Amino acid sequence: MRHGIRFYVGNECHTLADVAPTRTLLDWLREDRGLTGTKEGCNEGDCGACTVLVVRLEGDRLVWRAVNACIQFVSMLDGAQVLTIEDVRAPDGSLHPVQQAMVDQHGSQCGFCTPGFVMSMVAGRKADGLAQDEHAIDDMLAGNLCRCTGYAPIVRAMRQAMEAGPDHFDAQAHAIADRLRALRDGATVELGGPAGRLTIPATGDALAQTMLADPDARIVAGATDVGLWVTKGMRDLPHIVTIGQVPDLRRIECSADGVYLGAAVTWQEARAALADILPQPDAEVIRRIGSVQVRNSGTVCGNIANGSPIGDGPPVLIAAGAKLHLRRGDARRVIALEDFFIDYGKQDRAPGEFVEGVSIPRPTPDTVVRAWKVSKRFDQDISAILGAFSLTIAPDGTITNARVAFGGMAATPRRASRTEAALEGRKWDETTLAAARQAMMDDFAPITDMRASDWYRRTVAANLLTRLYADCGPRDARAQTSVRAACTAAGEHAHG
Amino acid sequence: MADGNGFATTAPASGDGIVAGGASRSLRHESAAMHVQGSAAYIDDLPEPRGTLHLVPGLSARAHARIVSMDLDAVRQAEGVVGVYTAADIPGENQISPVGKGDEPLLASTEVSFYGQPLFVVAATTRMAARRAVRLARVEYEDLPAILNVAEARAAGSPMVWRPMEMKRGDVVAGLEHAPRRLSGRITVGGQEHFYLEGQIALARPGEEGEMHVTSSTQHPTETQHMVAHVLDRRANLVTVEVRRMGGGFGGKETQANACACLSALVADLTGRAAKMRLDRDDDMTMTGKRHDFVIDYDVGYTDEGHILAVDMVLAARCGWSADLSGPVIDRALFHADNAYFYPDVRLRSEPLRTNTQSNTAYRGFGGPQGIVAAERVIEEIAFATGLDPLEVRLRNAYGTHDRNVTPYNMVVEDSITADVLPELARRCHYVKRREACRAFNAGSPYLRRGIAITPVKFGISFTATHYNQAGALVHVYTDGSVQVNHGGTEMGQGLHTKMVQVVMRELGLGTDQVRITATTTGKVPNTSATAASSGADLNGMAVLDAVRRIKRRLVEFAAGHWNVAEDDVRFAPDGVHVGQKVIAFSHLTRQAYFARVSMSANGFYKTPKISWNGDTGQGRPFYYFAYGAACSEVVIDLLTGEMKIDRVDILHDAGQSLNPVLDIGQVEGGFVQGAGWLTCEELVWDKAGRLRTHAPSTYKIPACSDRPRVFNVELLENAPNREYSIFRSKAVGEPPFVHGVSVLQAVSDALASLDDYRTCPRLDAPATPEMILRVAERMRHGNPPAA
Repeated sequence: MRHGIRFYVGNECHTLADVAPTRTLLDWLREDRGLTGTKEGCNEGDCGACTVLVVRLEGDRLVWRAVNACIQFVSMLDGAQVLTIEDVRAPDGSLHPVQQAMVDQHGSQCGFCTPGFVMSMVAGRKADGLAQDEHAIDDMLAGNLCRCTGYAPIVRAMRQAMEAGPDHFDAQAHAIADRLRALRDGATVELGGPAGRLTIPATGDALAQTMLADPDARIVAGATDVGLWVTKGMRDLPHIVTIGQVPDLRRIECSADGVYLGAAVTWQEARAALADILPQPDAEVIRRIGSVQVRNSGTVCGNIANGSPIGDGPPVLIAAGAKLHLRRGDARRVIALEDFFIDYGKQDRAPGEFVEGVSIPRPTPDTVVRAWKVSKRFDQDISAILGAFSLTIAPDGTITNARVAFGGMAATPRRASRTEAALEGRKWDETTLAAARQAMMDDFAPITDMRASDWYRRTVAANLLTRLYADCGPRDARAQTSVRAACTAAGEHAHG
Repeated sequence: MADGNGFATTAPASGDGIVAGGASRSLRHESAAMHVQGSAAYIDDLPEPRGTLHLVPGLSARAHARIVSMDLDAVRQAEGVVGVYTAADIPGENQISPVGKGDEPLLASTEVSFYGQPLFVVAATTRMAARRAVRLARVEYEDLPAILNVAEARAAGSPMVWRPMEMKRGDVVAGLEHAPRRLSGRITVGGQEHFYLEGQIALARPGEEGEMHVTSSTQHPTETQHMVAHVLDRRANLVTVEVRRMGGGFGGKETQANACACLSALVADLTGRAAKMRLDRDDDMTMTGKRHDFVIDYDVGYTDEGHILAVDMVLAARCGWSADLSGPVIDRALFHADNAYFYPDVRLRSEPLRTNTQSNTAYRGFGGPQGIVAAERVIEEIAFATGLDPLEVRLRNAYGTHDRNVTPYNMVVEDSITADVLPELARRCHYVKRREACRAFNAGSPYLRRGIAITPVKFGISFTATHYNQAGALVHVYTDGSVQVNHGGTEMGQGLHTKMVQVVMRELGLGTDQVRITATTTGKVPNTSATAASSGADLNGMAVLDAVRRIKRRLVEFAAGHWNVAEDDVRFAPDGVHVGQKVIAFSHLTRQAYFARVSMSANGFYKTPKISWNGDTGQGRPFYYFAYGAACSEVVIDLLTGEMKIDRVDILHDAGQSLNPVLDIGQVEGGFVQGAGWLTCEELVWDKAGRLRTHAPSTYKIPACSDRPRVFNVELLENAPNREYSIFRSKAVGEPPFVHGVSVLQAVSDALASLDDYRTCPRLDAPATPEMILRVAERMRHGNPPAA
């Protein structure tokens, strides 16, 4: 048992025994450390002005992740090294290639978002298998808002920075890895004080015991949702249990049957495994969950456990037939994911029980899985509607199995049972499409809010069936439906 | 990429007589290196004086109500709270109306007029303590009828915050009656949140004998100074307001910075401690005013050939609960309801409506863009009605240079270049060919449709309040040859300070390392105007130039005498000061001048010539000149979801003889994306209680990186010096490019028009969110509009 959290900021090691468990990294950096280069733009993980790098040792591999400091609790950083904008300049005082590129390309105007952009760009250069195309840059910068430049010079800067060679962080990689290795002690951490209690369990068993002993404890994985309870809701959370680094919850298992993701697996880490079994939803939807910063922190299971009706993960996973793994003490059970969501704010979880993982079966070769997110803004937005579809189609064109799930259409992520019934056992043709569209109107009674009206939600829900038909219906019915794909094609034509 | 003087070499310099290192060059932003290192200090980054108090305002939870009681005991007793202050604690006037209307109390005391109005302010030892405490207030309200939008305001008898304006020329009634063809319609245009990345903030430090120093993120330090003085019942000479830089402004800190500054100063004055108010983003968006949304009705007479004969328009705006700047904003909408087109008979009327919502305020373009959106709708209507290409309709109605050149406010357009710029851009971006390609694509595409549109902008430059068109500067030359320049303008990211440095560099032949710009402060340059109306470089550049030339004149006189040459033989160049045949270092000259007791400090002053405007008669010349440009946008929309992507944008923009091409291109790129965001993804939503539901970036969506046009070609018009004598013949560039976003709305409309084979105008309102696009698509397909 250890009674303090330990982490590095830059090259300086900090041991904190009395930090409030919900103290945000941003407030701690700015107010306690006087490191004011990291900015607060929104305090809810949407604008990216507070982006910092969190470096961790995963096994023997060093990973560099951009995260939003505003919704990251200091208590989550045990064992990590944080790099802020103050660390980016080279030790000799020269600008980092990203900084130099931003200066050269006039990538800053008011400059307030700039440190956050620089951090995302530094992290982006370190991302595995970084693609060199525009979409990769868009994706890398989707979590950073700029109101001045229109982004064009920042993208130019990123192109320039991608041409540059290794940076001083590469030179320090061994030293960082060594010091992070030295922090590993396999101990459970307990902190208690007037500002609340913190537990960082070292194992799944320790977590199970903690939750049995205090069923009201709040589990925090990436804090991309709970962070806002603190920064915006100012809620008191008397006992935080941080699970982000619990080894047995970080398992990713891929097999011929499917994929298992432990509760602490982030969306970023799950991407490759999910792309393997759900190629289209990965391209279309999972890349659009939050932003790089959010996917680096937020977990697949957290997106389930928080029970949000507008989480993007659950509908996709429900359509894919996912199962949820729950644990209470030593007792474990596995349920269909859709059965977890009972009502708004109410899930099938007993006191002291927690989500241990989720498994997603590999679709059969004759199954198509598709999902589409519709939102006001393409990137980094909350869905107005998310529709996910899994159709198993026999060689004669008959739909033998249909799973259709929606987010944003009800108080929980939910299957469209009438629509499924209208599809199953029918030939995948225009008549069936029309019947399914009609059934969709009876499946949901969505609300009107600031994201969309009930009319829009219903209309688009039915239209997504049409899109499904255009995408994987009979060959002669197929047509392009992606405005983004159409743009790319035309651009190549215009420049060709 | 840069030479020794810090010049990027990407954009070439041109023009005669331009000193290397001076103006008209692509000098990088003076703070760029600090920006990228996080070392450029914004107010919240400054070291806090000992004992600094943190302030959070308590906001009303009703749109319109009488305050029955306000129980703040629990707030006072909360941990960390040092004090809670209400209107009763204000020593001076509880009033911050920027236009002297007396309709904007700093803190509400008896009645609240919108959901989010400040009622009290909590001071605590930490910001979090203040934020937590503020929620403990118990306020009892008695609801009053609330007016939330234009329709409700009209239904309630059209209460107004300002006098309505009427601009007219000719006989519009007869013009409409006699026109061969006539149409009428309505367009609604949404508002816009500024979303400056740095929220509202001020830090007040009390001084001796009632002095108050306020560091404020304000575009208008002088006004902030006056507001603080009034609230504290103090003379202006005790109050100093300073701003080094803002993290974005866009008009949102022209008047809206005053509340934070005044509340900070109030608490600092009452407690004797430094006080800082930095608004949380949600409070910021809930409290502060935004771009005005408009409902515009138009009635137009025209010919079969698409020539406009008569235009009658009523422009109604949701102004919010107080006047703020709504009067001049709505006036400017009228000033731009012609955009670049000649209306022979015309009548334009405004309705600045009072509503129980945030008090709408200045926002880049200041009403102009809303008027231009209406003008472009009129063009579009005529194009669909006549079957002409909208570009052809635009060209047929563009202002002439010798005739057809008088605006609805009776100003002669002396330099119209719309008829040149539009076809030039169309040629460069292959508009005609691409328009045909869009139509061919649409004919064979069931779900995706393409649209393309090319729109011009003509934007009037000058404050319409004539007295605002003045500026001051203060320049010091030190004996070592270094220069410190101060002026009344504020830096919000637009590069104003960089341009001011360039003016000095050009005049004295200096490099960037020799010219230092300092924070803008009312203590150095008094009685300044807001950095607004795109006027920052125009006004302050001339004031700086005036100051520098005063010093230069003294130095020339001294050098000529000292080295015995003619004054004409003293010349300031990058390699030094040429005195006759020899070249001496500038620092050598300044040292010698000092010994000879020559004053090397001067203030400069400028007032814009030629302009005058009488709002009562609707006569005069409100604008010194116009800035022009044109944009062509191509989009793809999805008829299943209403999703849209901007595929390609080409812009040709008139910055005159640009003071700094790369900064100006930055203004064009950034302005375009902001304008496109306004008209597409940015949507403000209030609920029935008048509560803004889109009060954070999670719900209010400004464009993200991937929303920028996939192909984005921006060029400045070449060889186009300002015909008027402006600072080095440049043109203002802050607001005009924002208007280029209108081309996106028109392109989306063009894509929708494919649904009935381009027979009718889709009448697409803004913002064209996916839902709006889908609604119009459904209406065009099925004839009847889906219920809202």
